Amino acid sequence: MDDQDHRFRTLSGIPVDPVYGDGPLPGEFPYTRGVHADMYRSRLWTMRMFAGFGTATDTNARFRELLAAGGNGLSTAFDMPTLMGRDSDHDWALGEVGRAGVAVDTVEDMTDLFAGIDLGAVSTSMTINGPAPILLAMYVVVAEEGGVARGQLGGTLQNDILKEYQAQKEYIFPPRPSVRLVTDTMAFTTAEMPRWNPVSISGYHIREAGSTAVQELAFTLANGFAYVEAAVAAGLDVDDFAPRLSFFFNSHNDFFEEVGKFRAARRIWARWMRDRYGATDERSLKLRFHTQTAGVSLTAQQPEVNIARVAIQALAGVLGGTQSLHTDSFDEALALPSEEAVRVALRTQQVIAHETGVVNTADPLGGSAYVEWMTDEVERRAEEVFAHLEDLGEGSLLEGVYAGIDSGWFAGEIADAAYRYEREVNAGERIVVGVNEFTEGDDPESRRLLRIGQDTEDLQRKRLATVKQARDEAAVAATLARVSADAAQPTTNLMPALLDAVRARATVGEVVDTLEAEFGTWVERAVI
Amino acid sequence: MNDPGDLTDPTPVRVVLAKLGLDGHDRGLKVVARMLRDGGMEVVYLGLRQTTDTIIDAVEQEDADVVGISMLNAGHLTLGPRMVEALADAGLDVPVVIGGIVPDEDRPAMAAAGVAGVLGPGASADEVVACVRAAADTRG
Repeated sequence: MDDQDHRFRTLSGIPVDPVYGDGPLPGEFPYTRGVHADMYRSRLWTMRMFAGFGTATDTNARFRELLAAGGNGLSTAFDMPTLMGRDSDHDWALGEVGRAGVAVDTVEDMTDLFAGIDLGAVSTSMTINGPAPILLAMYVVVAEEGGVARGQLGGTLQNDILKEYQAQKEYIFPPRPSVRLVTDTMAFTTAEMPRWNPVSISGYHIREAGSTAVQELAFTLANGFAYVEAAVAAGLDVDDFAPRLSFFFNSHNDFFEEVGKFRAARRIWARWMRDRYGATDERSLKLRFHTQTAGVSLTAQQPEVNIARVAIQALAGVLGGTQSLHTDSFDEALALPSEEAVRVALRTQQVIAHETGVVNTADPLGGSAYVEWMTDEVERRAEEVFAHLEDLGEGSLLEGVYAGIDSGWFAGEIADAAYRYEREVNAGERIVVGVNEFTEGDDPESRRLLRIGQDTEDLQRKRLATVKQARDEAAVAATLARVSADAAQPTTNLMPALLDAVRARATVGEVVDTLEAEFGTWVERAVI
Repeated sequence: MNDPGDLTDPTPVRVVLAKLGLDGHDRGLKVVARMLRDGGMEVVYLGLRQTTDTIIDAVEQEDADVVGISMLNAGHLTLGPRMVEALADAGLDVPVVIGGIVPDEDRPAMAAAGVAGVLGPGASADEVVACVRAAADTRG
């Protein structure tokens, strides 16, 4: 270590080894301590900030700012109409265009969104689920029209529809045809886009909807196993697609519970993939994940205190071995994040990465009696949930998850946990700083919030009308007819038809309507 | 908060709760539903993706005293007044309470549009119940 550069020394100059403790070490099965041997010494996590608002041109400017400020991955937030597969001129879209994310109606919007950004060089994450294959098709077409081959594209499609029925509720079609769309994208990217992660199996939204840490972990991994079973049933080989599955977890306030959750997630995934699903490729066994700090933990009261919450949650993600991280902005309980707040959030990650020294050794908490116990305990409790779902599905996790969705079991469990928490806060059993204790010092006058005006909606509708006027209507109709025909054939991969349709400038809404005619619409059982 | 004796109140407050529009964030509204129920009110929970029409149908069928809608997607300035107008157009004197992420500076505009109450993140059960009760008391 004598020639080691100062990066791997403490502030006082003490040299630090890549890892401490006995095996299994980081990079060794079951990867409890991390998926890489030297973790952040060789490569920091990706600082991936989620952004999207207004028109594609507005969001493009935010993307360029984030890249210029040292961010190294893009993450796209779409507006509600896009997430629900509706065009900006749909009745449902009134008041929602460009407000909680960027509006994308056609491939022309996608072109504006990534203007001036080399798609062969950045990695792009797209948070989209119901219409995910359509947006993936648009991204591919934008790249190809710009001279970048699909095989060069790196990124992640969230495309995790199961958690939509359980928690986030941005579903369109019923579960089974929706899962078919997921396996279609998995088959397509496995064959043609080797650098693409086709599904980001997400606990984030389950947690935000009110679940506990154990429920977040257990429901998410169960969904992961369900996708594995669905893909294998669709004829894919587990080791062909599993290396490209990735995960997305929440990092909440209870520091050691979160660290234990991340460590347990890796161990459970590795064991199940090897022992139950017969994966042999080491990459299939390694659970890689993105982390976002807990939006739901942020308070509208004294919002600057959220900077401290975010820093602590982000540190838990890093000490839990995350591969990428989004830090929330301190003003998110008040409005969409302002530029200043986004910058503070990114800087928070940079402080952890470059000032704290926690990156100098892999899994620095490994071997702590409390952390190891917590990891075991979270795993044990998650296994109880898997056993319940396996019962429901008579041996199949996929069927168990479907059954839990149909009966409202997941939504009920989450709502119970959310209400339990609120009652504890209400009763003063849990202190939330600035909300039910330490409440003096709130200054609403000092806030500068991001506002999205009505002009976004008007602009976007005009843009859509212009694209529709310029396109070849006969070509659009022909490509949509093929989408319809392919949708009716459960064993036909829909991606080629979707690529043709969006290339012809069919809108997101037109494609969704076409699929909906074939697949039907999902209406949930409303439980409180 | 009123005690559970409210359950024997001959006219407990009846509240229709709904997510108006596309926004799927339903954690807060479900918690509010239970807070109101525990506060002695009758809750009709419509759930997701409701329109002003489906909400008005429910108000008429259930003879509701208050409508509660929830929005976390910055759509309140458009959808809040729209709900108030739709109820008025239907000839219904039923106040509207909005919950979700509504910046303080929007509250005067909400009040001017006839929204009876706004509940933000962190509102306690007492505040939620009091706000809905106050809204119900404004009925002519």
